[in-house]
Amino acid sequence: MLYLKSSALDTDVVAWAHYDGTGRHRPMAGDTSEPPYRTGVHALRDGWRLIQASPLVSHVRGNEFKTDYLKYEFFFEKLVEVD
Amino acid sequence: MLLTSEQMAHFAARGFLRFDGLVPAEINRQFLSDVGAVEDEESWDSYYRKLMTEGGLPLVPAGVSLADAYSEESALARLLALPEVAGAIQSLVGRAPVFDHHFLHVTFPPSYYRGNAPVAQHTHQDSTIDPRRAFDIQLMYFPHEVTVEMGGTRFIPGTHLRVVSEASIGRYQNVLGQQHMVCPAGTLLFMHMGIWHGGGANLSDRLRYMFKIRICPTQRQVRLWDTSDLAADHGRQRPIFWTGRGEDADPVQKILMTPEPWFEHDTGRLEFMNRVRFWRFLLGDDSWDADYWLTRIENEPD
Repeated sequence: MLYLKSSALDTDVVAWAHYDGTGRHRPMAGDTSEPPYRTGVHALRDGWRLIQASPLVSHVRGNEFKTDYLKYEFFFEKLVEVD
Repeated sequence: MLLTSEQMAHFAARGFLRFDGLVPAEINRQFLSDVGAVEDEESWDSYYRKLMTEGGLPLVPAGVSLADAYSEESALARLLALPEVAGAIQSLVGRAPVFDHHFLHVTFPPSYYRGNAPVAQHTHQDSTIDPRRAFDIQLMYFPHEVTVEMGGTRFIPGTHLRVVSEASIGRYQNVLGQQHMVCPAGTLLFMHMGIWHGGGANLSDRLRYMFKIRICPTQRQVRLWDTSDLAADHGRQRPIFWTGRGEDADPVQKILMTPEPWFEHDTGRLEFMNRVRFWRFLLGDDSWDADYWLTRIENEPD
């Protein structure tokens, strides 16, 4: 999962997470200080498939300036062989 | 010893103030002695149970005056009486704050997990959704040295003004600019209640202690710090975007307008506006602005 600076896939990564269904690795919070890729496009080039991007949502009147969750979330997957 | 305006602006912008090694070694030793030792416990849960029921930390009801929370000669009372600590608390939450709760966070090394490696705590914001302008502080006390391997508290500067729901942010494993507490004994971290944080995994062979006290204000949090160093024109507008060398910035404005590495392009601007609103609240001045962020959107001529 990559969180980017804007909705454009070629903008820089500001946050990231990795969940490994093979059990080979156990990524966890705070385990790396540098992002795995500079932008979302760099992840595509490395074989990750984009499967979901957060939509752009209209601003509700009165809440235009509220900040909460990271806004530009992109889910990627990579299929690997397991024994 | 009240906070300076620059320290206060740092807290407003980034949500924390850190004082490395501030607490004297003698108080650190007394605190660890007051906590008490648990011998021969092999699992983290039984260790915790014994420490909570048989250890020396007092049970303190929520809502009592902070001044009455700890017995006079205890390490915690002595810590809170240190001039820098008392001054920071007064600057942030006023003269008569109340105690919310305290907790001794013990992070256990791998040997306590019966073969399962310890994992870091998910990123979270404490308590629950809290959209107030008034704020509580959380004083984190590190009574012994914390090394990299010990997995010190992780936090993300500048997240404190985002209104989220506690553990909902657990999927955010890493955020650009996150900091890990690696510090000498006696370090204190004053945090705004809203800052995103989590405990690290302790991969050393020693226990790690972090003691936290949540403290609430009982008065309006306006100009509680030492404002004598505030320039009379510290709200004077400076050139924006086309800035030349940009050397005429007021120090407070400069601190409030410094982005965090994780800021998104558009919501990073909203964070600047959040900071201006927060500074207005602290100043008690609803006209104060930096880089015209709020003045621009408030301009609605008749």
